[in-house]
Amino acid sequence: MKIIIVGCGRVGQTLAEKLNDDGNEVTVIDMLAEKVKEVTDVCDVMGVIGNGATHTTLLEAGVDTADLFIAVTNSDELNLLCCILAKKEGRCQTIARIKNPEYSKETAYLKDEFGLAMVINPEYAAAEEIARVLRFPSAIKIEPFVKGKVELIKFKLPKECGLVGVSIKDMAMKLYGGVLVCTIERGGEAYIPNGDFVFEEKDVVSIIATAKNANEFFKKIDYKGNSIKDAMIAGGGTITHYLCEILENTGISLKVVEKDLKACEDFAARWEKVCVIHGSTRDKELLLEEGLAKAGAFVALSNSDEENILLSLFAKEMGGGKLVTKIKRTDYGNVISRLELDTMICPKNITSDIILRYVRATQNTMGSNIETLYNIIEDQVEATEFLIKENSPIIGVPLWQLPFKSNVLIASISRGNQVIVPRGSDVIQAGDAVVVVSKQMALRDVTDVLK
Amino acid sequence: MNFGIIKRTLGWILLFEGLFFTVPLITAAVYWEEEFFDIFVAMALCAACGGVCIVGKPKNQNIYAKEGFVIVALSWIVMSIFGALPFWFSRSIPSYIDALFETVSGFTTTGASIIPTGEALESMPKCLLIWRSFTHWVGGMGVLVFIMAFLPLSGARNMNLMKAESPGPSVGKLVPRVRQTAKILYLIYAGMTVIQFALLLFGEMTVFEAINTAFATAGTGGFGFKGDSMASFSSYTQIVITVFMLLFSVNFNSYFLLLRGRMKEAFNTEVRVFFAIVITAITLITLNLQLSEAYTYTTGEAIKHSAFSVATIISTTGFVTANFDLWPAFSKGILVLLMFIGACAGSTGGGVKVSRVVILYKGATHEMKKMLHSRQVTNVTIDKRVVDREVVQNTFAYLFAYILVFVLSFLLICIDVQDVVTNFTAVTATINNVGPGLGAVGPDGNFAFFSVGSKLVFIFDMLAGRLEIFPMLLLFSARTWKK
Repeated sequence: MKIIIVGCGRVGQTLAEKLNDDGNEVTVIDMLAEKVKEVTDVCDVMGVIGNGATHTTLLEAGVDTADLFIAVTNSDELNLLCCILAKKEGRCQTIARIKNPEYSKETAYLKDEFGLAMVINPEYAAAEEIARVLRFPSAIKIEPFVKGKVELIKFKLPKECGLVGVSIKDMAMKLYGGVLVCTIERGGEAYIPNGDFVFEEKDVVSIIATAKNANEFFKKIDYKGNSIKDAMIAGGGTITHYLCEILENTGISLKVVEKDLKACEDFAARWEKVCVIHGSTRDKELLLEEGLAKAGAFVALSNSDEENILLSLFAKEMGGGKLVTKIKRTDYGNVISRLELDTMICPKNITSDIILRYVRATQNTMGSNIETLYNIIEDQVEATEFLIKENSPIIGVPLWQLPFKSNVLIASISRGNQVIVPRGSDVIQAGDAVVVVSKQMALRDVTDVLK
Repeated sequence: MNFGIIKRTLGWILLFEGLFFTVPLITAAVYWEEEFFDIFVAMALCAACGGVCIVGKPKNQNIYAKEGFVIVALSWIVMSIFGALPFWFSRSIPSYIDALFETVSGFTTTGASIIPTGEALESMPKCLLIWRSFTHWVGGMGVLVFIMAFLPLSGARNMNLMKAESPGPSVGKLVPRVRQTAKILYLIYAGMTVIQFALLLFGEMTVFEAINTAFATAGTGGFGFKGDSMASFSSYTQIVITVFMLLFSVNFNSYFLLLRGRMKEAFNTEVRVFFAIVITAITLITLNLQLSEAYTYTTGEAIKHSAFSVATIISTTGFVTANFDLWPAFSKGILVLLMFIGACAGSTGGGVKVSRVVILYKGATHEMKKMLHSRQVTNVTIDKRVVDREVVQNTFAYLFAYILVFVLSFLLICIDVQDVVTNFTAVTATINNVGPGLGAVGPDGNFAFFSVGSKLVFIFDMLAGRLEIFPMLLLFSARTWKK
């Protein structure tokens, strides 16, 4: 696919890198030469310097032959304008980043009026993800698959858990059959386990199950995952606004600490139920006074990565609540993951994942069709949902007879309302939605998993 | 310094060179020449050494700017060392240094030769003549660009290789992917070569002669196969060659833009300035030849010879139809000047490059403006685009490095040979990859009489000229190799 990305900020860079790795022809546009150079230096994409909302620049970038146009500059208005112009000139689909809360309420209207294929709001997407984690705190990450019928849940094994020392074979027989273990991360390595794999303490396990089955599973293995009653949020930015909006009627009471008085007043006016505290998030005594130690969850959403990490470390030290930390840069991800801070939220990655999912879904190929896609483990393992079409070669053959590549797992089969945790004897039929977990990246078609 | 990736890339270079040897090998087979075995041995050596080098994949596959420069400089040297083997094995060129000179002159598309014009050249085996002109074709667009087009060299930083190998102050891509860009460039290159070959066949040339000429013109090299270069061919053939020499010295990006129908961008400042220089030079030399009594050319002949000479010099090819060493001083002066200007950036030609001349001119006037109005804020612009200050600076740095290499080489050669005009134009002709100069290295002469030391200097100059000075200088800088 030929893709044009306007704006070489954090999201633009991540997108360019990932879309390029996927085998697309990417052209990036930015007004600043050094920003363009940053991208073209590390990945094999073409750079155009100029204003993405001018006809000349768009033509230079080849908008007339592009298939997809993504506008992710810092300005919402510019993004919209770019998309409108691109749509006028070419036949491409357009995706715009809109982050202003005032506009984002009108996403549906904007989408229809301007013929956008997708409107993406990174802050809102991040807030949604945080909300999901707060509602299901046992998990580090939860991703809905097959329109929410199945969930991919990632959690870390604590010491006193029933699973430690048990092999996957035994788990399936003794404990519960409705759950499938997809991946295990141990010491920075990702594994797609077979039956003999034995769980160890501190393993990060990803499972696929329906929400009901997952709940039962966690009960059976004695995983302590109390539901969260209250959360303390450091920083009152855009994400916090969205988070309040999503969690408004869920019974989780929120406390927001923000140092800017004006922002506090705005916040208090808008969200009556939220307790807004005016004070610096760096004030240790203030945080303790406001009950950091006893909070069910602590969410660090300030503007600085360093501050967020430090606050989360402090919260971890003081109390046993769920931790959510927002970070902007992922370059030092491996160092940060060693700090053991439960859930890390990175808006740029969430945004690029959503767009990537969309791009792959549009690349319909023979026999099947990608519905959704998730990075289970950053740059190592992906889960891909395929919709099986009638002419696919894998239809009607029992799974054990199919020559799968190594490090590939059929994680679930959904047929109508029924969700199957697949066994060797199961058969895939046309119309099924199949979730494939694989270490091999960039699957295009379900047949890619076969030898 | 990532030695693993350097070794591996050099290995691939050698394997590809082994592949390139099939061209002379087939020629030798067709003409039943005994040099077949010499070429075969060279080919086997290339394959063996290359094979050893590519064993084992290095962990770190990144080619940073530093590795890019070193790989490019080393691969041209290694390629020349192996490319010289057939000449040496077959005793066609008995001295290895001479064979190396000939090969470097081939790959760098210089066309300067140590083989005397006349009988000696015509008695060379056909397979070696083809190899000589084929090195022009390979060297013209660049070997690494060729490898990039056909081999999936991993990593996104391949651009560093292309930047280091392609001529011109700033290198851009035509399409998002480096590989695709390299492929498009080679397709245009090969396409134009085939067209010229076909047009030459319409004239009186045999297939062998047409292939030879097309290779040498496309790379803007200039190795011929006849004692008098192109002088004895018909006007039709000479005109075809003139036109194609000029076409191959235009930035190849322009052809891509033309194919895309983007006329306005295709005829950018550089292309317009290039043709303005060509037309002015032809007019001046024609007038000069017509007005001086000593020459008996008809007007048509004068135009034809001056056009051919201007084209051959500015494109840095080096074919000859008339011995311009005998022309009036004014004409000779213009030709020497054209040697320095050279072709457009992104073409197969050598020299300083028209785009650099434009940047240097605009940069200098820009500085002068600043002297008058010290607080005036201006930019150097070309085609209504601001040229990055870094590019302007780099161009001035290039000019200095270029002059430095030129002056030092000139001094070194002057130790050896006593004729200043010969020495000056010999260095000019090698560092700009032109081929013939004036005096003893003029259209009638050759480079055989220089000492071994001088030849080594010329070899360095030719490589430095083709790779635009910096890669060769960086290769000999201690800082490059420091851990």
